[in-house]
Order: sequence, then structure tokens, then C-alpha cells
Amino acid sequence: MTKKQAVYFCTGCGIGEALDVQALVKVAKGEFRIQDVKEHSFLCGPEGVDLIKKDIEAGANTVTIAACSERVCYDVFNFGPSVIVERVPLRERVAWVQEPGDEDTNMMAEDYVRMGLSRAKATELPEPFLVENPSKTILVVGGGLTGMTAALEAAGAGYEVVLVEKEATLGGWAGKVYKLPPLAEPYTEPAENNIPALAKAIEDNPKIKVYTGATMESIAGGPGVFDAKIKQNGSTVQERVGAIVLATGALPYDPKKLEYLGYGKPNVVTHADVEEMAKSGKLKNVKRVAFIQCAGSRDAERLPYCSAACCIETLKQAVYLKEFNPNVQAYIFYKDIRATGKYEHFYKAVQQTGAVFIKTEIPGVQVNEDGGKLAVEAKDIILGEDITIGDLDLVVLANGMQTNAAFGEEIAEEAEEEAAAAKEDELAAKPDQIIKSNMLNLVYRQGPEMPALKYGFPDSHFICFPYETRRTGIYAAGAVRATMHVPTAIEDAAGAALKAIQCVECVARGEAVHPRAGDTSYPEFNMNRCTQCKRCTEECPFGAINEDEKANPLPERTRCRRCGTCMGACPERIISFKDYSVPMIGGMAKTIEVPEEDEEKPRILIFACENDAIPALDMAGINRLKYSAWVRVIPLRCLGSLNLVWVSDAMSSGFDGLLLLGCRHGDDYQCHFIKGSELAEVRLSKVSETLDRLGLESERCRMHQISIMDYYRIPKLIEEFVEKLDELGPNPMKGF
Amino acid sequence: MPNKSILVVGGGISGLTTALEAAEVGYDVYLVEKNSYLGGRVAQMHHYFPKLCPPNCGLEINFKRLRRNPRIKFFTCAEVQKISGRKGDFDVTVKVNPRYVKPECTACGDCVAACPVERPNEFNYGLDKTKAIYLPHPFAFPMKYIIDRAACPDGCSKCVEACKYNAIGLNMAAETVNLKVGAIVYATGWKPYDAAKISYYGFGRHQNVLTNVMLERLAVPNGPTEGRIVRPSDGKEPETIAFVQCAGSRDENHQPYCSQICCLATLKHITYIRENNPNAKIYVFYIDIRALGKYEDFYTKVAQDENVVFIKGKVGEITEDPATGDLTLETEDQGAGQTVKQTVNMVVLATGMAPSVLDTGVPSELAASDSDGFVVSDIAQTGIGGAGCARKPMEVSASVRDATAAALKAIQAAVGGGK
Repeated sequence: MTKKQAVYFCTGCGIGEALDVQALVKVAKGEFRIQDVKEHSFLCGPEGVDLIKKDIEAGANTVTIAACSERVCYDVFNFGPSVIVERVPLRERVAWVQEPGDEDTNMMAEDYVRMGLSRAKATELPEPFLVENPSKTILVVGGGLTGMTAALEAAGAGYEVVLVEKEATLGGWAGKVYKLPPLAEPYTEPAENNIPALAKAIEDNPKIKVYTGATMESIAGGPGVFDAKIKQNGSTVQERVGAIVLATGALPYDPKKLEYLGYGKPNVVTHADVEEMAKSGKLKNVKRVAFIQCAGSRDAERLPYCSAACCIETLKQAVYLKEFNPNVQAYIFYKDIRATGKYEHFYKAVQQTGAVFIKTEIPGVQVNEDGGKLAVEAKDIILGEDITIGDLDLVVLANGMQTNAAFGEEIAEEAEEEAAAAKEDELAAKPDQIIKSNMLNLVYRQGPEMPALKYGFPDSHFICFPYETRRTGIYAAGAVRATMHVPTAIEDAAGAALKAIQCVECVARGEAVHPRAGDTSYPEFNMNRCTQCKRCTEECPFGAINEDEKANPLPERTRCRRCGTCMGACPERIISFKDYSVPMIGGMAKTIEVPEEDEEKPRILIFACENDAIPALDMAGINRLKYSAWVRVIPLRCLGSLNLVWVSDAMSSGFDGLLLLGCRHGDDYQCHFIKGSELAEVRLSKVSETLDRLGLESERCRMHQISIMDYYRIPKLIEEFVEKLDELGPNPMKGF
Repeated sequence: MPNKSILVVGGGISGLTTALEAAEVGYDVYLVEKNSYLGGRVAQMHHYFPKLCPPNCGLEINFKRLRRNPRIKFFTCAEVQKISGRKGDFDVTVKVNPRYVKPECTACGDCVAACPVERPNEFNYGLDKTKAIYLPHPFAFPMKYIIDRAACPDGCSKCVEACKYNAIGLNMAAETVNLKVGAIVYATGWKPYDAAKISYYGFGRHQNVLTNVMLERLAVPNGPTEGRIVRPSDGKEPETIAFVQCAGSRDENHQPYCSQICCLATLKHITYIRENNPNAKIYVFYIDIRALGKYEDFYTKVAQDENVVFIKGKVGEITEDPATGDLTLETEDQGAGQTVKQTVNMVVLATGMAPSVLDTGVPSELAASDSDGFVVSDIAQTGIGGAGCARKPMEVSASVRDATAAALKAIQAAVGGGK
């Protein structure tokens, strides 16, 4: 597109009082030779917006609005998809944080105008990446309660579904139980097992194709174009699918590891055994029963987590035992009864049946044989004494669960492992934990399964985005993802089905999925200059880039989340987006005027993540927090897109310091691209060599991990850096 | 032809999620929020458990999603008045209350300096004040001011004179908006159980008895005390603090159900206090600590703190020493099997959640509530139902999961129409 640029300066909200706007107009007209430059004292008001609209009608297609931040007035300054809008936040980044009328304040504003105009000149409208005939079929791996629910939910919204179950019949763990826990009011009685009804509904649903006795041989491609090979009866079928729900469930915790609670003794059984006994009518002679909760769970030696379902399962079994023998007496040894939410009603109902609850510490409970019967010895914390419950016909161990994703050989990414081994002293990004659990068998460079978070769960780390995943278009649901009980698994299945549907619709429109939902830009690789260094394929947090045998990157575009980590990783700078590239950001930095040493006006370049650090800078502005006039801020999609050439260019062009502001990393990371800020810090640690070569101190570059709430700390962070740079003196490269 | 657009009532984390998830699939969504800002209850939180990260971070991403998505139209200061029709074909009347500040507001803040009166700040649970014209909170989205007309002195128009953008409309009136939608999701969330109803704990009478939601505001750096956790009576840092779990929950005289979040909220609050005052001694009176799943790790971590004592037992009564403002809790320590008295500087009541919809109800016969007042009807079947804490007590992560599921149910209802 031929660009026709126009520039607008707002003088409202104190901008006009703080700045010499005529000097800014001169930058646009003189340095950038833009004819259409206008001022208005209330640009976001109807008259101001009309001014812009008229110019657009007359042909302007790239408008730079030097006014407030893009976090406000986003609606009035939206002129449709064919107009490029560049916002220069003079209000939040200059007028509200600097001394009004000061020379340095105006120099800062001029630089922001230069940066904005430079970017407006370099940016292009993205064209969506559209795949041919994208599939909207949802593949559900696992045919238990979660998988069956996900399949029915997706089909209910009109989507085709392929459901793959490794057993000969659908149902999974829930298919084997006698009854389910209550699922609706009054929450006092177990629910009938509805798995047969669900199986029938699936059988009758023409939108769902079922493969039982089948496993995933491999999954290649990406969202919209996954090629799923399904192994069944010794042959392989291929299905083209758009997105995947992983619902392979959990296994009961291995009771063989529970000998310390009496497993192995006659009539010491597990929850699953009781379900089986109920179905085969073997509970008639059970008159006295003890349940031992947290059998393996909440135990640092075994499963440190809570298995979430066992309290409710025990309550359920304690109730239905009465169907077989109305006089059965249940004793429940527990640490805490975790009948959360509405299940409190169930707990209360069970208490009223006469079941006895004994609070104790679970490792510490002793199960003994007692003349053909069993006896449980424990410390009753409430009575404060040791007790023995004897004459028991059955002891049930509430043995918890372990995700199916946790079973298999563990691979750390080989390349990262090698790199870490080679340079042990250097900072390196933590490799992903991938366990070969044989569930998906992804044909991905990074490994065949979803990365595990903790305890082998392929869970999301994000509280606010529980379906945020490390493998685009693949959503884990149910007990494979986290320990959960039945109603949660049902909800989780519907949530994951929605995300899968959303993913196939986004792919069909050529848009990114979360967190850059709606973004139509995507990375383009100039392969002529690729040196097969593999950095992009290794560093992509989402495993979006495969490699050929010669180590050429093979980007799977629909797997891409558009963070730009590959662009930051590439030493040859061959990766660019239409509206985001190494030359574009580098060009913004180059357009900043760096005064000569004798002017005593240091310059600090800040690269700030647009997800948290930029809003934090905005908030500093809104709260009128004053900070140093030496800084110039350039927003990045994610610090993961930081290319080291920007750092070396900035330092060799005379910037005195460089500051990175990104999200917290580590175990409780807040980077929505998972590894972006961590990789930026690793890269920055490696730039010290370059700085040494230039004869510069590595302290001139630093990084801070901040969140949006740290806005009030920003002036101090900057001030401390200014002081450090004062100590170091000016960059000796100035003027070269 | 069924109407395929979706109405979401409530713009907190659940409602925002349902709206965004449905809109990102490709459906048109209306979002109706009664407050003057989106974000709901989580906007008032300092941290989320167990990551201890700021809720504004996640909200910011959601607002960014909303800003760039043309399929969502949202209304603030708005409430649903009437619903008629059926699944796939609802007519909804929405009343939009006047903000008295027009969309032209640039949030420059000049009006605040001119305003002569103050009012209690409900965002901070009355712990401080705002002017009659105010920004609802520092991160308010949309970033527009609002006037509490009831607080304005008669005939005052100082803000009108101060506003350079003619953005103040003291005579603005309520407006009615009629919407046609195919499905309706109530994501109206929760309110803290009214602690004053638990009379024997003395909330409202004893100054240093606070609720857990108030503690969030004391801990937050931009809150009324700039992040210092201090006693309301004398502004001093408490050295000893007691948490009373199940305050109003799991109690037939109040709310019989478990509110699900209060155990973890207390564990989180302990981290606030321990960071604030490394010497503080903390007592937690509890019935069961309910830290499901991986939340157990958080419990394990906090329980390792030597300054934190967990005591199994329900607190019977709290009395105040008027001279010192200190409080004495009387409880039966079930672990030690005796009645114990514990005197502390401050008490935090871990009050649970009551469904907000208890106040307003859902104006439709198709919506069903359970015995505790939660909206339980199946959206896919009836076209109208609940999501998040409107449906049952749950924490943020579960609310988001549930709200995502509700988006799918709403789509099923909208697409399925009159089936």
C-alpha cells in the first residue's frame, strides 16, 4: 500500500501547557516531510475526531496521533482495519511525568514523535495467514467422563468430533464406578452413573466419530491442519483435525506403595476395589468399615498434593454402603474433610447417617489384623488420645490420583541440555520438562508431549487463564491436567471444548489465539540468509517451529502465538512481522537524538514489555509520578523479541544505558509467552562480551522484572540507574 | 432464525471471560455491568493465591482483548430490568444509570481538585474517602470519572466549571437500552457475607475486627494505607493477629455451604502480614483447611512458618478491651480438648461469599436458583443460567474455567435456538 501519512497533535490534558508543540510540528514537517500536520486542543472530542476522519476520506491511510496512550481513547481513534494508527503517548509518557516547559521535556517529546513517525513509516498492514481448507474438527484424546463430555459439548455447538479411546469401550475411570457423587441439589445422595447414557448419546450423535481400542500414533502439523494418525487394530487411520482436547485422565495412586497403611493385608482395599465390589454385590457382609483418607496424598514422601476427589468419593461410598447393609458403621480417619462449596451439604448429610469422623495424622495410622478382622490404631486429635477401632470387615484406602501424563521417560530438550552442559557457568533458560507418556506423540521438535508444569501435570500456570497452554491448539482437561472431582471435570471438559472451537475459528480467520487473540500478523522468514543456527527453533516457547534434516527452520504458522521470540533469537535478523521487525524497532532507537558528551544530557533506552511494563509506565503517568528526563521508552510485544543487535547498536550510538522492563520469571512467572522475559535476561547476560569489545561496562545494561502494580516504583528504579550511570560517566562511544 | 448474540450480565472476571471467550469464537456479545468499571471483585484484590501475582495484570490482558475486539459492546452503570422471550430469542431491557460524566471525559482529573465534598470510598470498603466526582479506582476501565450525585451540595457546579472538555452532565438521566439476544449468562459474582450478622464476633462494634476483603485493601500499595497493614483504631501495626475461618460459612444459622475460597484467602493474607511485619504472630482458628489439589503446596509452605499457629476449633465469641482495642477470642481448642482464650491486636474474619444475585434476582422464570440462592439453570437447555460465583462458590481460576464453559453453553443455546 502507498502510504499517505497524516499527523495530529493534541494540546489538551496539559500537553499544550507542558510542551512547545510547534517544535514537535517542525519535527513532523521538517525531519519527516509530512504535509498533513494538524493540532487540536481536544483531539478525542467529536470535532477532533472529525478532523482525522475527513483526512482519511481524502486519502490519508497512516495516521499518527500524538496525544494520549493507546490504552485510552482506543475506540474514538479506531478508523477501521485499513487505516494504520500510530499512537504517541505524549500525555502519559511526557507531559504528565516531566517538568512543564523544560528544554529536556521538549527534547523528550520530540524523540517520542520521531519514534512514532519512524514506526508509522516502517509498519505495514498485516495480511492474515490463511491455510487452505482449515479443518474445524475437534480431536478428543481420551474417552472417559471428561473426554466424552468434551466431545458432546463440541458436537452440541455444531462441530465434528473425533474421539479416541485406548480401551475397548468408552467410559474410562467413571465407567467403572457403581455410582457418581451427587451432581445437583440437595447433594445428599450419590448420583446414578450416567456413563452408559453418555456413551449412547455419543453413539447416536452423527457428528462424533469414535475410535475405541485406539491410540495416537502421531500428530503432525498445527491448528487447522493437524494430521492425526490413529492406531487401531494394527492398522493406522489418518484424520485431519483443527484442534485437540487432551482428556486422558489419571490413574489411582499405586496401592502397592501403601503397605504402611496395611495394603496387602486381607480386606484392605482401595476406592476402586469398593466400586467393583459394589457392582458385583460383594458388600453385603461389610458391617464395620474404616476409610483412611490421604492415602499417599498430602504426603511429602509420596504425592505432596491433595488429590481433590478422595474426600467426596469416601463420603459417597459411606452412603451407598448402606444400600447393601443398612446397619453398616463407617469410621473415617481424616486430616481435613475437603467437601468444598456445595459439597458441605453432602458432608453434613453423611455426618447425620452416623458415620464417625476421626481427625488424625495419616502417616501414623496403623492397620492391624485382628483375628480375621481388621483394626485401625490412630491418634484422635480431637480427643487427644490414641484410639483403636477394631472388628472391622473392611479398610478402604482413599488412594488419590496421579495424572497419566506423569508416566513415561522424561526428556529435557536435548539441545538446551547440551547448551547448559557446555557452558555451565552461564545463565541459561530452564529446559522444559517433557515426559514421554505416549498420549499425543506430537511430531514436534521440542518433544512428543505437552510440557509438564509440576508433578507431571500439563497444567496452565495462569490463574486468570487456566486454558493457556504451551502447545497451541491443544487443551488439557480433566484429571490429566490437575487433580479434580467429577463436577469439576465436567466443567473443565466444556471449557476446553470452547477453547478448541475458538482455536479452529481463529485459524480459519487467520488470527492468533490467546494472548494476542485477533492479531493477524505472523513471522516471515527470509530463508536466503538463514545460517541454520537453530536458535529460533530452540527458543520458541510454544514449539511452533520444526526443523528439517539440515536444521532449516520449518515454521508451523498456525502454532505461532506472535510473541516474536524467534525474531529476538535470530542473529541474522531474518524473521519479521509486517508490523513488527528488527529494523523497525532498531529504526525507532536510531531516530532518537543522542546529545554530545559536553551537553551533559545522558540518554537511557528502555525496552518495555507491552503487557505489564507499558501499562505500569502509563499508570506512573496517570498518577503524575515524575521521573528522569533522560529515558526514552520503546514498547516490545514481549521481551522475548529483544534482538541483541538493538543493544549493540544503541550502545555504539552513544546511549549511556539500556534498561529492560519485563515480567517476572522463575517458578511463578508472569510472562504470558512463558519464557520471553527469562530469555531476554539470558540474552542480556551474553551481551557483556560485545560491550567489553566496545570498551563498555556491562553495568550499562540492566533488567528489572516488574508487574503492572509496580508503577509507583518506576521513578526510583530509573533514578537508581541514572545514579549508576553517573558513576560510570558518559558512554565513550558518543560522537563516533 | 435464532438470534446468535449473547448477553453477559456482570463484568467481573467471570463475565469478562465469558464475553471475551464467546467473542473470540466469533459471536456478538453484550456485557452489562452495574459498577462504573469492569473487573468486579478481583479489581479490589492485592494478590491472587497461590502465585501471589497482581489481579490487575490479568485484567489488563483481558481489557486489551476487549479493546481490540469489535464484537463486544459493553455497558457500565447498567442493570438488567426485564427479560422476555425464550432460548434463541430473548428481549432484554437494560437500564443504564447516569454517570453524570459524558464519554468526552479525558480523565485529566482537573474536576477532582475543584470538587468541595468527600464521600466514603466503597471501593476501599469505606476505609477512606473520595471526592463526589472521582475515578472509581486507579486502574478503572473505562478510565472515566463518575459523580455520586447524592454527595453533591445543592446547586454546586464547580466540576462543570473546571472541566475544559464540557464532559460533565449534572442533568444526565437514566437511559433504557433494548437488546435482542439468543442466550443470557448471569455472571454477577458474589458479595462478602455481611459480617455484622455474626453479632458475637463484634464486627462494626469492635474497631479492630476486620473482614478478609478489607485486608486486601490494606495490603495493596495504592490502597487507603499505601500497603501498610494497620489497626483502624490507632493506625499501629498489629503484632498479633487472629483469623477466624468459616465466619458465617458452614453454619446453619448463616450460610450452610462452604465458601471454598476463605481457607486459601487466609493463607494468602498470612503472606501479606508476614511480609509487612516479620515479627507478627498469627493464629488461625479453623474447622478444616480446604486447600484442594496443588493448592496444598501453598498450605504446606505457609504452615511451615513458625509464627503461624493453626488451631482447630470454631470461635465462639470475640470481646474487646476498650482501653487497648485488643480483642479476646474464646474458643474450644479441639486439639488440646479445652476452652482457650487468645488475646490479639487484630482479628480478621474470613467471611465467605454470598451470591450477589440474592439482592436483585434474575427477572426470568427460565432461570432457576438453588436453596442457597445460586443460579443453577443450564444455559444450553433454558437459554439462561449462571457462571462463576453466581453459580456456586469458587476461586478465580475455577471461575474462569466455569465462565469459559458457560461461553460454550451460551453458544449452544444461541445456535440451537428454539430446539
